[in-house]
Amino acid sequence: MDLTINGTSRTVDLPDDMPLLWALRDGLDITSVKYGCGIAQCGACTVHIDGEAVRSCQVPLAEVWGEITTIEGLGTPDALHVIQAAWIDQQVAQCGYCQSGQIMQAADLLARNPEPTDDDIDSAMSGNLCRCGTYPRIRAAVHAAASALREA
Amino acid sequence: MGRVGTIARRPFLVGSAAILGGVAFGAYFVSRPTANPLLDSLAEGEAALTPFVKITPDGITLIVPRADVGQGIASTQAMLIAEELDIDPATATLDPGQPHRAYFNGTVAADGLSFPGWDDGFVAETVRDLMMNVARLSGSQFTGGSSSTADLHETLRQAGATARETLKVAAAARTGVPRAELRTDDGQVVLPDGMRIPYTELAGEAAAIEPVTDVALRPASEWRRLGKTYQRLDIMAKSTGTQDYGIDVALPSMLYATVRANPGRGGGMAGYSADAALLMQGVRSVVEVNEGLAVIAENTWFAFQAAAALDVDWLPPDYPASSAEMWQALADARTDEFQNSRLRDDGDVEDALEGATVIEAEYRSPFLAHAALEPLNATVLVEDDAVTIWTATQVPHVVRDAAADVTGIDAANVILHALPAGGSFGRRLDHDYVVQAIQIAASMPGTPIKTTWSREEDMTHDFPRPLHMARGRGAVADGRVLACDLDSISPSLVASWFGRVFIVPPGPDAMLVWGAFDQPYAIPNYRVTGYAAPPLVPVGSWRSPGACSNSFFHESFLSELIHAAGTDPLEERLRLIDHADSRRVLEAVGEMSNWTGADIGPGRGRGIAFAYTHGVPVAEVIDVTLTERGIRIDDVWIAADCGTVFDPTNAEAQLTGAAVYGLGHAMNCELTYENHAVQQTNFDAFEGMRLRQTPRFHTRLLGQAEKVRGLGEPATAPAAPALADAIFAATGQRLREMPFNRSVDFA
Repeated sequence: MDLTINGTSRTVDLPDDMPLLWALRDGLDITSVKYGCGIAQCGACTVHIDGEAVRSCQVPLAEVWGEITTIEGLGTPDALHVIQAAWIDQQVAQCGYCQSGQIMQAADLLARNPEPTDDDIDSAMSGNLCRCGTYPRIRAAVHAAASALREA
Repeated sequence: MGRVGTIARRPFLVGSAAILGGVAFGAYFVSRPTANPLLDSLAEGEAALTPFVKITPDGITLIVPRADVGQGIASTQAMLIAEELDIDPATATLDPGQPHRAYFNGTVAADGLSFPGWDDGFVAETVRDLMMNVARLSGSQFTGGSSSTADLHETLRQAGATARETLKVAAAARTGVPRAELRTDDGQVVLPDGMRIPYTELAGEAAAIEPVTDVALRPASEWRRLGKTYQRLDIMAKSTGTQDYGIDVALPSMLYATVRANPGRGGGMAGYSADAALLMQGVRSVVEVNEGLAVIAENTWFAFQAAAALDVDWLPPDYPASSAEMWQALADARTDEFQNSRLRDDGDVEDALEGATVIEAEYRSPFLAHAALEPLNATVLVEDDAVTIWTATQVPHVVRDAAADVTGIDAANVILHALPAGGSFGRRLDHDYVVQAIQIAASMPGTPIKTTWSREEDMTHDFPRPLHMARGRGAVADGRVLACDLDSISPSLVASWFGRVFIVPPGPDAMLVWGAFDQPYAIPNYRVTGYAAPPLVPVGSWRSPGACSNSFFHESFLSELIHAAGTDPLEERLRLIDHADSRRVLEAVGEMSNWTGADIGPGRGRGIAFAYTHGVPVAEVIDVTLTERGIRIDDVWIAADCGTVFDPTNAEAQLTGAAVYGLGHAMNCELTYENHAVQQTNFDAFEGMRLRQTPRFHTRLLGQAEKVRGLGEPATAPAAPALADAIFAATGQRLREMPFNRSVDFA
């Protein structure tokens, strides 16, 4: 099966019904995509397909409908995305396990809504659990990233 | 200590912590310097001037032995060393090191005693010193009890200072310039003429010098890093998806496994058929492990699928089958037979209640999962003469010894790669998941195998926070609280957990009444009695153990008494508390929230709670509003005092994170049992707080307490009672059972 991930073609030999999450993690060693619940309740496995945030634990390989973007495709330590820079600036992460999914969810929100209100952020981000309770700083980081993106 | 404090002395003064080793030992053993584990593996040109600093021609490695489970302690440990060593810690390699007695945790042992943290009297301090030395001798290397900063802040700064001064001696020997004329900066020794010698070039010479240990630590006024805002050293990795956790380990030829264990913990198996599972795609084998079976496969998904296809005839465990029966077991344990402690007994409660209008209430706190977002996992390679383990653990020394036990391989040949954890909240104080992973890997020597639990296994086989209940009796007179008598009933956490990681200690289980007996209130007639109910399911330490339930009971009942007395909840607490640090946090939270009472207008309510846990007084005020969709938490004010704050940005995160943890679980989380099994197996039934429910936080750390303490847990305990108090102010409804969504709706 052929997938396009972060602009690169990749081939995996795995069953059609295998969730994208596990194909990425165990098949392609893209471990920034995290397993947390397997039932779309935590958001740790969030990636983009054709720019839209999806829970990769719920997408069977056979149904991947477009290009996949993981957090590596958003930005890297040497070339940070504005949202990642805001996450660092606000010192959001504690254990950090949910944060790739949080950032990918925030990227989806800000692509569609460059000036989100607190209510908009609440609606968009409440499917992503953070067991450490970094929510206040996530809220601040989304606002900060929105400002930075508007000024860019 | 103030006038508070006729804490009852029980026959077992040493209490719960005495298990860490025998208490009879000679001064010689205690005063012997601890061996430096780094010295065994040094090459030419390398130096390990303390157990915490290794310098080679290639760079500097800082040993940061306390586990980072999200609380940021890896960074804090590195900053403490770097402050005295004069290096930029971002340029150093951080290494948790191998388990070793050099990295013992004395504070967590001393904190387990039957003394409240604010008791700094001679007996309490003497026994604490004793326990520190017991821990030193036994080499127990726990990360827990919010103890890491308290335990290590001087040790690590001393390590940095020793390394720095020893490097200066080496530079002096090389250059002939007296040590006193040398200074250090950014990983280099600086000569009076401005010439610089990197530490890395001096390592070989420094290694031959007896380390300089007689060094005074720099005063806070000279600190360049500590106490200032700085970035966590892992923040880049954790913001770019490049942080590797245990679950991300990838090794050549690695196989993947998962476990299917008896949902009735400890029940065992009558028999099983693996036939269907073995026929499934990618499955290599099925092996028996502790508590059940494991599937080894070519990837985790194949293993999960096959584990579900195992046909197992589970045997029932020996604990009651349902939550209803478990609650009854607790209610039945409030008898003399099960009385475990009476660590607070001031005045004469019975006399005070005689003839008074007695106020009574019963409170309940459910089993709770830790539910760290990273499901439990461990990767293990078993070879003929060595075991290598990659996992996150709060008990590295226990993991090492377990690996030796399971495989028969000498503990000296167990290599532990201790990794950062995607959360823990106390779960990784147990090592059951690592033992299973070792058993799995031992079935296929030479092949590394990563074992990952499904979320459902993680929830079903947690060692949860214990079921806990309390009964309060009290009386008021003349607008004051006159008497408070609290019975706290729970299975013994100490008996359960220590039974798994060491041996069960003698004496009372102080943790059963943490958050109740040890609160610095001077109520004239004041008694706290602990009852250790028979064991139910095996239980574990959950963020702020004991206090996470007892503080809800204690503060809620105090709130009921204060309400009955018709006085202000903040003013009466200030009148009752005679402990300066605790008074200050209450005064601070009142000032921060502009406290004028619980009434903040129609449809709204304000609550307050105080708790003294882990040596830290914390006061919290919460405002709620009743909305059409339910109760909304608007604002939370937190004032605390942990003494000197080394890392203010992270300290604030720990206060708010702990409060979110306490609030979210109080709102909507519980584990209930039916047919011996947990009924909530994923986050659809165990949500905690979500972003849309998150209030605004306002925090203040006073920095005035004398002792340095940690903040991973203290803001957890008062969150639930403060919320219940606010809901009472808004609705008139007393919530005496967690989770609160059993009684009210939240927006």
